[in-house]
Amino acid sequence: MGRVEGKVAFITGAARGQGRSHAIRLAEEGADIIAVDLCEQIDTVPFPMSTPADLEQTVKEVEALDRRIVAIQADVRDFGALKSAVETGVAELGRLDIVCANAGIAGGNKPGWETEEQAWQNTIDVNLTGVWHTCKAAIPHLIEAGNGGSLILTSSAAGLKGMQNIVDYVSAKHGVVGLMRTLALELAPHMIRVNSVHPTVVDTPMIQNDWTAQLFRPDLTNPTIEDAHEAFRGLNALPILWVDARDISNAVLFLASDEARYITGVTLPVDAGFGAK
Amino acid sequence: MGRVEGKVALITGAARGQGRSHAIRLAEEGADIIAVDICRSIESVGYQLATPEDLAQTVKEVEALDRRIVAIEADVRDAAALKEAVEAGVAELSRLDIVAANAGICTVQTWDEVTPRVWQDTLDINLTGVWNTMVAATPHLIAAGGGSIIATSSTAGIKGLPFLAPYVAAKHGVVGICRSLANELAKYSIRVNTVHPTGVDTPMVAGLGGLDPILGKDPQLGPIFMNSLPVEMVDPRDISNAVLFLASDEARYVTGLEFTVDAGNTIR
Repeated sequence: MGRVEGKVAFITGAARGQGRSHAIRLAEEGADIIAVDLCEQIDTVPFPMSTPADLEQTVKEVEALDRRIVAIQADVRDFGALKSAVETGVAELGRLDIVCANAGIAGGNKPGWETEEQAWQNTIDVNLTGVWHTCKAAIPHLIEAGNGGSLILTSSAAGLKGMQNIVDYVSAKHGVVGLMRTLALELAPHMIRVNSVHPTVVDTPMIQNDWTAQLFRPDLTNPTIEDAHEAFRGLNALPILWVDARDISNAVLFLASDEARYITGVTLPVDAGFGAK
Repeated sequence: MGRVEGKVALITGAARGQGRSHAIRLAEEGADIIAVDICRSIESVGYQLATPEDLAQTVKEVEALDRRIVAIEADVRDAAALKEAVEAGVAELSRLDIVAANAGICTVQTWDEVTPRVWQDTLDINLTGVWNTMVAATPHLIAAGGGSIIATSSTAGIKGLPFLAPYVAAKHGVVGICRSLANELAKYSIRVNTVHPTGVDTPMVAGLGGLDPILGKDPQLGPIFMNSLPVEMVDPRDISNAVLFLASDEARYVTGLEFTVDAGNTIR
């Protein structure tokens, strides 16, 4: 029997990267999936975002595991759209147990006082307000079902420590921790658990691009991602370059499962010791 | 395939309670076990500690799962005995991958009733014992090319719980050891994490006989012990599930974590 057999998981940012990996890992262990993604570009994001074809690929991979999936294009900044996406998913799959508030963007590459207002706003809107919207849309279903539940909010190693030149990202990811801690208290009487995960650099499209290379190698002109490898290694205590999306999914799976039935309010780093340093 | 298939785990305080539960849970998922326990009572502790029969029961339950177990009576305060126990276990089971530094004692009293003996025994077992365990085990982990150390701290390793000063001091100290070694041992791909249970349904907690009498002296301190989730205690297996996760390759990049399994006790 799978470790989340019979449960339904709502995942934002599910078209690719960590979100797709969560969908697959949870489906491998028996969960059905409600997958949401914007599948469009946001103009302040300096790398290509996901596409409808990406979301279609997630659907294919979950269905190949013989699990059901409801995939909906929706923007986490639009609470109404998110609410209706969750309602559609729950109507079709019959319940809701697990929430992965994973959708996120990054951008900028300037000191905090020079960050553009629109870039700041977009990052806060997606990475913090979007997470709140996700929780707000999902929680009534969890409470109403009376089965408890598990919310896993994707923060970052940069949600517990500062990092230069991405003040919008760091601020939003720290805000996610405050949201998690407060909801953990508010939802505990309902046996609903709320935890956050804090990845170091993950091998995903958000990292594998020229913008990230430049962020980590401000000393070079047009650096490649290989030029940033030593800087990535320098973040981690363990002798590794980066972690795989599946490493984050394994932590999400544990927190989602009944094995973690009494774990709430934890900031769980999957960061190769970034935070220990 | 088990989640820790083919690995070997050293567990202190393995005769009963959380230690036995860890042995069984890890064995269920394919690990062989080196089980260490003192198996005798200590004068300064008001409840009975484990017995040789308890340790024999752990052996029986692990063997019933078709896993191998080497059980040795040893005191975590005795660094030489511990080193020898680990060497004997590794010689027989041929490797070491996982360390659960779990052995611990607890006494409840107001600060002015803490005797020098209670203070010293608690620090010796709960803090120096964890250190001795790591010192004995780490060379074998380095030889194996990596591993996972899980030290048992407590909500009392995060909060200043009243009437437990020696216990609180030792459990905070465990966090210090682990934070330091997480950095030092990372280059060997050895991960070091702590688990922080709230009250667990074990002989130790039962032996303390509840906090009501002492809380009567200062009732407004009661809420410090309360959980957020509507449960009074958790089961040993809940802690074992966290230990299993940290021990397994699923957590291969998780290190330096203080992992609360505390029903939201410390977030209140």
